[in-house]
Amino acid sequence: MGAVSCSQMLIAKDVDFMIHGLIKLNLFGQEFWITTTHVSLLIVMLVLLVLALVVNRKMKNPQEFPTGFQNAIEMMVEMLDHMVENSMGRHAKKYVNYISSIFVFIFISNISGLFGLRPPTADYGVTLPLGLMTFAIIQYNNIKYNKVGAFTGLFKPLPLLFPINLIGEIAVPFSLSLRLFGNVLSGTVMMALIYALLAPFAVGWPGILHIYFDIFSGAIQTYVFCMLTMVFVTEKMPE
Amino acid sequence: MNGITDRGLVLACSAIGAGLAMIAGIGPGIGQGIAAGHGAAAVGRNPGAKGDITSTMLLGQAVAETTGLYGLAIAFILLFANPLIGKL
Repeated sequence: MGAVSCSQMLIAKDVDFMIHGLIKLNLFGQEFWITTTHVSLLIVMLVLLVLALVVNRKMKNPQEFPTGFQNAIEMMVEMLDHMVENSMGRHAKKYVNYISSIFVFIFISNISGLFGLRPPTADYGVTLPLGLMTFAIIQYNNIKYNKVGAFTGLFKPLPLLFPINLIGEIAVPFSLSLRLFGNVLSGTVMMALIYALLAPFAVGWPGILHIYFDIFSGAIQTYVFCMLTMVFVTEKMPE
Repeated sequence: MNGITDRGLVLACSAIGAGLAMIAGIGPGIGQGIAAGHGAAAVGRNPGAKGDITSTMLLGQAVAETTGLYGLAIAFILLFANPLIGKL
């Protein structure tokens, strides 16, 4: 086998991890694209909806001693309750629904790479709104509990530090969303590179990498996003 | 420099720049390693607080990771959404 055919074999497929436009729409004189991200998001949403309906059905007549499915769901809910309770204290009740929702959504999104979808969280257009939602909650609580202190707090401890404090406040949603985006995208790129450049050899063993990049990294990043959201929000609240 | 187009030069330099940007990965690597080492030491000293230590460690590591991710973002921009090509 010559060197040419060998190198041709190695680049048998193109590297493909970009977002693809599927359908073009013209609305209000603007071009809109329905992309692979929208499709993945829709599938993730459907999975969550079906899961919610099934759980609702199951929990209509719960067992005294949970087994199987009910056990798994109860464990999951207890884990989320515990997580929020631990870091938000007495404010936990208000936020447990929101945190649990984004936890489940981000987790399913992150591991959707396992099922051949392009993870929706590997699109900055998905993670930035998540970060902005956190930002809105942070500033809402800041103004609600600190009143005028929310603005004068920017001038502490020195008035000279105002620009740095302001940037520190504004950078929160961007660093939150970039962290999630960067981690998921790097996993997606690595898997795409392996499948494309090592196409003839990529049989079976990439599964081990999937465990790391999709499940482990995805779970850690989900946890980190939720924890950081809670830490930032609790920071603005009174004890 | 014969036979090198402007576009080719910019693309090649962008690829080198992307590689250089990823040197930023050194910092988070060292930082996360230090955090994990101290976390392990803390668990060894006080095994009862394993849950708290683990969550604190992960949080610190995630924050330490930010600088590396900024480097990654720069590298991705240079490779896939190159702003310099438009300046030609």
